[in-house]
Amino acid sequence: MSLRHVCSALSRKVRLSGPNCLRQNLISQARHYAHPASKSQLEDESAKFPGAKANYTHSLELVPPGSTDPFPVYRVMDLEGQVLNSSEDPKLNQDIVEKMYKDMTMLNTMDRILYESQRQGRISFYMTSYGEEATHIGSAAALKPNDLVYGQYREAGVLLWRGFTLDEFMNQCYGNSGDEGKGRQMPVHYGSRKLNFVTISSPLSTQMPQAVGSAYAMKRSKSGNCVIVYFGDGAASEGDAYVAFNFAATLDCPVIFFCRNNGFAISTPTHEQYRGDAVAGRGPAFGITAIRVDGNDVFAVYNATKAAADLAVKHNKPVIVEAMTYRVGHHSTSDDSSAYRSIEEVNLWDSTDQPITRLRKYMERKGWWNDSQEKEWKESTRKQVLKSFGEAEKRPKPSWKEMFNDVYKDVPSHLREQMKEMEDHVQNHKEHYPLSSYKS
Amino acid sequence: MVMTPSTKMFLRTAANVLNRRAFSTSRVTCAQQMTVRDALNQALDEEMERDEGVFIMGEEVAQYDGAYKVSRGLWKKYGDKRVIDTPITEIGFAGICTGAAFAGLKPVCEFMTFNFSMQAIDHIINSAAKTYYMSAGRISVPIVFRGPNGAAAGVGAQHSQCFGAWFAHCPGLKVISPYNSEDCKGLLKAAIRDPDPVVFLENELLYGNQYPMSDEALSKDFVLPIGKAKIERPGNHITLVAHSKAVELALEAANELAGQGIECEVINLRSLRPLDTQTIEQSVVKTNHLVTVEQGWPTCGIGSEISARIMESEAFYHLDSPIVRVTGMDLPMPYTKSLEVYALPRAEDVVTAVKKVLGARSK
Repeated sequence: MSLRHVCSALSRKVRLSGPNCLRQNLISQARHYAHPASKSQLEDESAKFPGAKANYTHSLELVPPGSTDPFPVYRVMDLEGQVLNSSEDPKLNQDIVEKMYKDMTMLNTMDRILYESQRQGRISFYMTSYGEEATHIGSAAALKPNDLVYGQYREAGVLLWRGFTLDEFMNQCYGNSGDEGKGRQMPVHYGSRKLNFVTISSPLSTQMPQAVGSAYAMKRSKSGNCVIVYFGDGAASEGDAYVAFNFAATLDCPVIFFCRNNGFAISTPTHEQYRGDAVAGRGPAFGITAIRVDGNDVFAVYNATKAAADLAVKHNKPVIVEAMTYRVGHHSTSDDSSAYRSIEEVNLWDSTDQPITRLRKYMERKGWWNDSQEKEWKESTRKQVLKSFGEAEKRPKPSWKEMFNDVYKDVPSHLREQMKEMEDHVQNHKEHYPLSSYKS
Repeated sequence: MVMTPSTKMFLRTAANVLNRRAFSTSRVTCAQQMTVRDALNQALDEEMERDEGVFIMGEEVAQYDGAYKVSRGLWKKYGDKRVIDTPITEIGFAGICTGAAFAGLKPVCEFMTFNFSMQAIDHIINSAAKTYYMSAGRISVPIVFRGPNGAAAGVGAQHSQCFGAWFAHCPGLKVISPYNSEDCKGLLKAAIRDPDPVVFLENELLYGNQYPMSDEALSKDFVLPIGKAKIERPGNHITLVAHSKAVELALEAANELAGQGIECEVINLRSLRPLDTQTIEQSVVKTNHLVTVEQGWPTCGIGSEISARIMESEAFYHLDSPIVRVTGMDLPMPYTKSLEVYALPRAEDVVTAVKKVLGARSK
């Protein structure tokens, strides 16, 4: 909307209804937005402007940033996997915790192999999740299967938790005929209808207002579910992030804004990305409940997400969960992070505050895991990933005709004609095309 | 002229009596008149009643009844849940609507004008238009982006421009640019029912215009097909193709030329994507001459696209002279009223173009 429209809206009101009606309109609107204010009430300490509920003050003060304490970082375990306050222990049973651990390590193995495969030119692109495994698994485990997920792009662990198979990951990265996405998207742009995971969209943060829109639909259907939308500390600078916060708050939508604050937006460190108390700190400004959590502590992430989901569903309210972590890997295969941070810094994080190690220590304390299990599992994940990887590589590409489908629900005539033209061309010159590598 | 209330009343009564006693029973004269605004309003109302999933979102659409009163009365009828005022951010509510469509609702996203849709263009082009394809047909996006488009009056460069060519460029979108009340009602209903994302380009200056509505068009079942042009006026000498307000220009020009013995066939495109090339080709085969008329800019415009398609088709061999495009001037809209008039095509420009094209034949 532009200034012209604000002005013309006002003047139109005057013209259409005359000054008297305007006054009445304003009064009725005022009643709509604020409590009626009598003279004596105006002299009270509390101001009654429609735009803010606040107290009057008699001394001039420009409020500097940092005048309130920053959000604390909620933690359940220390670095040794020891629960700090037993009342905060989610007391998950052994099966669940083992699945958490196995998914985190499986993600790690898959990342290693697919990252290398891109380096060898076998797939075009890849993004690893090193160091952020607990943010994926802790949050995914806290949600119900019908809660809708909007990922940014680095949330493969969420899919893994929900049951996306290794074959499905590999088929997508290879864009082969096994890929439900028909090979239409870059690697790691996963999507799954059955697992309620919306297909990844590359432009940063567009998923945020869209998630709010889906949450609005959920609120209307009274399904008892919520939406979780993942984004990074860099994505939080996009205009989309601000509008998403504002709409979720004003429309009262059951949505969890899950920020993976991993310290870097490609090369831009957080100290160049924002001022103030990061992303959780924006919660109060937007009227949104918020929490900051240690993203390398899978139980803290689990507890925070669970509490957020409960609040979102019960009260139709948005919640911001800011998970603090460190991106150990490069941004993507198009990035070499040694250009902007030291290997020593990365190694320090990887060796001292590693989410997988922390969970293993917890499990070892409980007697649920030991070195021989670890060795056996590591070997098994490697084998499983390599097997699936090898099969995906051999699978033919989707039929080239798929290129013309799904632009519209019904294929328009000009696309049908083009498909026919291409079909004839390929038929007449089949010796020049690698047809055997495409599904017919 | 000063009118007292009683003269007004008398005139109104007289008009009613005359209407009832009209001698003609031909369709147009006995048809009910309706403004474009009311036709759009009726389409929205009927589709909201028909489908609980349809909802309207935008700035000022609820209590204020819409900046141009297109959603008048709908908030009172359907309430907060289905007619939703939003904070002032196009990127926000276009994104919310897109997400709601992903989740199965049928949003009608109102831009106060399409000039502001540029703030939201990423959601329209990169998400709404492409998600069905990128998700391999698993997520459909049944959404309508609608609002006034094209030149308004006296509002300068940022409020007077046509986005028809912009959106028509993008696969995945359907783009409708209606002219009169029947177009607006039948096509908006079609757009809301369509499973694909539709951009619906209204015209601010036509909102208040009245056009006849046939009995058929008044019915709740009246839906026009998307992608089909309409021959507004048949003729044998030359084809004029136009969309939105430019159809009016083409008709005015045709009227004037008829007095000079030149019969124009006027095609109202109705839809810019899909573009009904077939109807244009058939007409060109008959008339052997073509002039396109639009208010938008010439470069990569709708007229350019039509010209290219005719060049690539059999109809090309039926042309007796080159195609001419009548368009808006290739510059941002001047604010000055005297210049604004010349920045937009006028009926006389169409007349000149027609004479130029037909004159070329005789040389």
